[in-house]
Amino acid sequence: MILPPDVSQQQFDQAISLFQRAIGSDWVFTAEEDVGLYRDAYSPFWGEPEERMASAAIAPASVEEVQAVMRIANETSVPLYPISTGKNLGYGGSAPALSGSVVLDLKRMNRVLDIDEENASVLVEPGASYFDLYREIRAAGAKLWIDCPDPGWGSPIGNALDRGGGYTRAQFRNHFDSHCGMEVVLPNGELLRTGMGALPEAQTWQQYKPGFGPWVDGLFSQSNFGVVTKMGFWMMPEPEACLIGRFYADRYEDLPALVRILTHLENAGIVNGMPGFGSPLLQRRVPADPQGDDPNDTTAIDQALHDAFYSGDAAARALIAERVKSTGRSCWSALVKFYGPERMVRLQWELAKERFAEIENIRAGEPEIYGFPLSDAELEKVHKPTFGIPSLSVFNYGIRTEGRPEPLQGHQAFSPVIPRNGEAIFEANKVFAEIFKEEGLPVPPFSLPGCVWERTLMMIFIFPTTKDPAVNQKYRRAFHKLIPRAAERGWGEYRTPVAYYDRVMATYSYGDHALRRFHETIKDSLDPNGILSPGRYGIWPQRNRKSEQ
Amino acid sequence: MNKTLLIAAAGVVALVLVTGYFVVSASKEELIVSAENANGEVAAVAALKEAAADLENGEAVYDYWCAACHDPGPGHPGTQSLAIKYDRERPAALEERTDLSPELTAYFVRNGFALMPFFRKTEISDADLRDLSAYLAREE
Ligand SMILES: Cc1cc2nc3c(=O)[nH]c(=O)nc-3n(C[C@H](O)[C@H](O)[C@H](O)COP(=O)(O)OP(=O)(O)OC[C@H]3O[C@@H](n4cnc5c(N)ncnc54)[C@H](O)[C@@H]3O)c2cc1C
Repeated sequence: MILPPDVSQQQFDQAISLFQRAIGSDWVFTAEEDVGLYRDAYSPFWGEPEERMASAAIAPASVEEVQAVMRIANETSVPLYPISTGKNLGYGGSAPALSGSVVLDLKRMNRVLDIDEENASVLVEPGASYFDLYREIRAAGAKLWIDCPDPGWGSPIGNALDRGGGYTRAQFRNHFDSHCGMEVVLPNGELLRTGMGALPEAQTWQQYKPGFGPWVDGLFSQSNFGVVTKMGFWMMPEPEACLIGRFYADRYEDLPALVRILTHLENAGIVNGMPGFGSPLLQRRVPADPQGDDPNDTTAIDQALHDAFYSGDAAARALIAERVKSTGRSCWSALVKFYGPERMVRLQWELAKERFAEIENIRAGEPEIYGFPLSDAELEKVHKPTFGIPSLSVFNYGIRTEGRPEPLQGHQAFSPVIPRNGEAIFEANKVFAEIFKEEGLPVPPFSLPGCVWERTLMMIFIFPTTKDPAVNQKYRRAFHKLIPRAAERGWGEYRTPVAYYDRVMATYSYGDHALRRFHETIKDSLDPNGILSPGRYGIWPQRNRKSEQ
Repeated sequence: MNKTLLIAAAGVVALVLVTGYFVVSASKEELIVSAENANGEVAAVAALKEAAADLENGEAVYDYWCAACHDPGPGHPGTQSLAIKYDRERPAALEERTDLSPELTAYFVRNGFALMPFFRKTEISDADLRDLSAYLAREE
């Protein structure tokens, strides 16, 4: 068993017996086999000394019990690390950021407290998963859609607090933005409600987000300033229809115009679903496009074509033009989605076609139109989260296939935010390919960014994590290079695995790390004993700062 | 050969998964071996058999925790993966299997496999696991 760096066995034992008294010994896990279940199944440090390990786990059943354990943590200086559903795979799983912390597992607090169909909002507890919420909304007969991330076993609260994203309309797929009102147990055990929740008689907690005075909600995301015990979310009323359309452009140099037009359509509210870019020629599928290529396709890459996309010079463009002709596949595609009344989405599609006509020889594919509920046959084919339905189908990406007899064991994502324009996409591809080469990694095919967030783009590179330290070390080395080299260009991660928290935070360094110092000032004042999630997102309490930095 | 797979739609957007560096580790081989041993070896999970299992609850646990990956039909990654592993020698969907000993189910729930993580006791308690294992081992 591993203790936090500055906690004695005696302090720890005292904390455990106080936890047992506060929440019942059944819900205090100290046996090695039980605590081992809190390891990060996708840890890039698996089996190495740096792997983040909990010392114990506790699972309170109520807000009062959470408050009680926070007070005990302060008395004994034993740090806690809250998780909601603990499915943050690829970003840390259910393991703490600092080894030896006691995981505060909120899974038992799993109620959906309110479903308000008229206001199109819900109020949930941390342990309620997307699947739970989906079932309860259906049971209540409410015509509300959830915006879910790909895996449905996580939670609206855990995902939003890590600032995750989904697939429907912009104001819902940004999961933190879609929340309205929080209840937070502060590190000293005090209970805070934000927004209108601070006004005891208000009936508008899930209606008006900011309340009065500074809007503090953001402080509780990607941080360690409180344990969130309730959160409201705005839901999307079930639309009458969803139209999914595609545009195809033939010339390599069309990408900037494609991005510019799509961005305008989105900013103007015409394209309201999650857009995306792909390359039929490279068989790069647009995310969540049901007409896309098989994600497990193992066709060998046409190396000359592959190189041409990176180079983009005159010879490369000529080669691409020749391949477009010979294969009949276009160079780029743009995916657009519209949710709303059928008459309206058809009109929006026409408006989009008018705008895209600026690009020479642009072609619009035959759109798909869905009405709801989806038929069983449609349900078998579609990407469910696009239609507000939680699923685990995404795990197809790494299963055993004919071409991959050994399934993957885990992954970690490098996901920098880059400017929303075609030039940045070309440049980012070149910069990252260079690093892959330097690190002896195969250069992936030209990558198209995700459009999860409005106004910006996000590249996502996924690397495997394995149970073999040598392999993991190799990819970690690549990360260590990717992070600062991206930052030199002004590109920073939106979220990162625990292993890289400090490195990424160090790149947000404007004003001699003024932002990090601001976080530390807040941390020290709210959590002077440093008992809540030390190290999360590179925010260390005073007690750990010297040893860690 | 420097063959790169195109992989899409994991994470929030389409991605590139750099394979070729994907190594089958010794520890994974061990995992498979010990899982095979667990099939038939009672010691570690003797406790599972002590109390009578509730098959109805076992089915509910299956529906809640396992069905999304292991049900029959498209869109179920666990089933698709096992279909390739067993190449029709055994059914790919867990509920159709007749050879799942309680020990084997318990082993995979608590140890995970490949992309499937292990499950905590706040998710699947020991009592739920006993019922689930009994449900998957039931004789119709
Ligand atoms: C194949 C695959 C695809 C994925 N696709 C997506 C995707 O489309 N979109 C996406 O966003 N993510 C995606 N992920 C990442 C991840 O699985 C999800 O974001 C998942 O929802 C996070 O886990 P969770 O909801 O259980 O949160 P948790 O693990 O419970 O929480 C995440 C972190 O937030 C903090 N936290 C949680 N609850 C509290 C609380 N109550 N108070 C204070 N702090 C708290 C903790 O530090 C915790 O570690 C994917 C992962 C995989 C493996």
